[in-house]
Amino acid sequence: MFESLADRLQQALGEVRSRGRLSEEDVERALRQVRLALLEADVDFRVVKEFTARVRERAIGTQVLASVNPAHQVVKVVADELTELLGGTTSEFVLPKARPAVVVLAGLQGSGKTTAAAKLARYLRAERGLDVALAACDLQRPAAVEQLVLLGGRADCTVYERGTDATPVEVAGWALGRAREEQRDVLIVDTAGRLHVDDQLMAELQAITERVRPHRVLLVLDAMTGQDAVNVATAFAERAPFDGLVLTKLDGDARGGAALSVKAVTGRPIVFASTGERLEEFELFHPDRVAQRILGM
Amino acid sequence: ASVIGRVDDGVFERIEEALIRADLGVPATARIVGQLEEEVALGRIEGREQLVARLRELIAQAARPDGSEARLDLRARPAVVMVVGVNGTGKTTTIGKLAAALRGDLGLRVLVAAADTYRAAAVEQLAAWAERADTEIVRGQPGQDPGSVAFDALEAAQARGVDVVLIDTAGRLHNRTPLMEELAKVGRVVSGKVAGAPHETLLVIDATTGQNGLRQASAFAQKTPVTGIVLTKLDGSAKGGVVVAIAQELGLPIKLVGVGEGIADLRPFDPEAFAAALVE
Ligand SMILES: Nc1nc2c(ncn2[C@@H]2O[C@H](COP(=O)(O)OP(=O)(O)OP(=O)(O)O)[C@@H](O)[C@H]2O)c(=O)[nH]1
Ligand SMILES: Nc1nc2c(ncn2[C@@H]2O[C@H](COP(=O)(O)OP(=O)(O)OP(=O)(O)O)[C@@H](O)[C@H]2O)c(=O)[nH]1
Ligand SMILES: [K+]
Ligand SMILES: [Mg+2]
Ligand SMILES: [Mg+2]
Repeated sequence: MFESLADRLQQALGEVRSRGRLSEEDVERALRQVRLALLEADVDFRVVKEFTARVRERAIGTQVLASVNPAHQVVKVVADELTELLGGTTSEFVLPKARPAVVVLAGLQGSGKTTAAAKLARYLRAERGLDVALAACDLQRPAAVEQLVLLGGRADCTVYERGTDATPVEVAGWALGRAREEQRDVLIVDTAGRLHVDDQLMAELQAITERVRPHRVLLVLDAMTGQDAVNVATAFAERAPFDGLVLTKLDGDARGGAALSVKAVTGRPIVFASTGERLEEFELFHPDRVAQRILGM
Repeated sequence: ASVIGRVDDGVFERIEEALIRADLGVPATARIVGQLEEEVALGRIEGREQLVARLRELIAQAARPDGSEARLDLRARPAVVMVVGVNGTGKTTTIGKLAAALRGDLGLRVLVAAADTYRAAAVEQLAAWAERADTEIVRGQPGQDPGSVAFDALEAAQARGVDVVLIDTAGRLHNRTPLMEELAKVGRVVSGKVAGAPHETLLVIDATTGQNGLRQASAFAQKTPVTGIVLTKLDGSAKGGVVVAIAQELGLPIKLVGVGEGIADLRPFDPEAFAAALVE
């Protein structure tokens, strides 16, 4: 169980290594291991299919099989393709000049939105010297407002909250008004968790974004997510087109294949990595690191 | 239209795809598909209808390990239930729903213990649920040792003649050794205070979880005497198939399912309905 992809590839290719030559059957055997490991890492079933097809094509190309160290070359092809799928280079998080720049965080229940809102606020304040305010627009989960107020305090940022009597759309609009008046650099809107199949809540999210016209929407995704990730991302992309992902709980030992799938299917990059419950445990995402996680290196 | 479609050459491949996309994982999927293939080869099942029925049966069987008890054992007084799991799976919400069911449907006197003293506003969240469910609460102070909150709750429960104590714990990732040790310590405090407790230790698994769920279950079961799984967020499109792998590999029964954020959105686990939803 959970052997690393790298180990598996080494094993699958190991015997032929000494011979220094690789046949097509050897490559097929290695590809079966790649498939298993990717599925175990929660890479989407369809993405795995396309991925192995692409690796097959490249690996069976004459250059690889005829090279000096073909086994090594195959591992390299897999690693390259993985990194490519994950978006190549690190994405920047560039905010527009608008004041306030508005960022909305959305996602499934419990994915880590409220924590990420406070983390992003802290990050923008500490790393870029911006004046950030948070808007408490989750009026659904018990004590969500209190949670954001506490975390916002820890991030040393203003939190706009109006209890739970108004609607989330009203609070969002009101918070935007205050952010304008007070000339904040950034307004980050925390929203309630919602299932992508819940039409009413998805419509509410859409209404929030129509009200505040965000410059950036981030989908917050738990790194432990399984095969449903692509459905989730596709549905959110329709109702609240997002610019990128915040991948959370990367301090766990999930291999994070779901994130790779979302990138592959929606084309949206992973922008931030959340690696713990503390606010400082948050950074720009480096695609090669998740490629390495999936490979188990 | 079913994922299975017609019974043709591709049928087993399509079943395999459906099970993997439901997060069963490769080994559990291979076991079920292998069994089906064998039965078809032996002529024991024929045609699409029998195939689908047998597939459901095999999933349902796998999800309910032999000899495992699916009901909660709450005979002791007080009966103590600990709820554990990784961050954000639905522990606190499940406690709120369970408290309401025990109180409302069974008329039991229930006390909830807010032993998550770490997550911001976790105590306030549980307090809101306690109010909705009309149950008593013992609150921890931010940063208080969770073991001491559990201790206080059990003491209060014994003094007041409470029937069931539900202990909420902070979410923690299963690979964080100090946090897992802390949880084991809460368990030791509980068993030191009430003989035979915790009578139930429920591990909450989010239905959207992929293969990491198996690691979560095995790590939590190593540190605490997990007696069953609560599978939450089944109201989404995720099927929660990783619990089949958990049941098969670790013998842990699934006891309850969460199907929404409302107070009444908790159900006993029904393996047949679960299997039917998995291959609908
Ligand atoms: N270990 C770890 N825990 C995290 C991380 N990000 C968030 N959490 C925890 O995950 C849990 C859920 O986080 P929240 O920020 O409340 O999630 P949410 O998406 O706002 O939840 P809802 O508002 O209920 O939908 C909390 O226990 C957080 O402390 C992370 O990167 N690592
Ligand atoms: N749709 C749906 N949402 C659920 C279900 N159970 C819990 N939730 C939501 O999931 C989010 C997290 O639930 P919590 O009960 O706070 O989770 P937790 O495990 O206590 O989280 P931490 O204490 O931070 O680890 C909340 O927004 C809940 O409303 C369910 O069965 N269905
Ligand atoms: K989750
Ligand atoms: Mg939240
Ligand atoms: Mg909780």
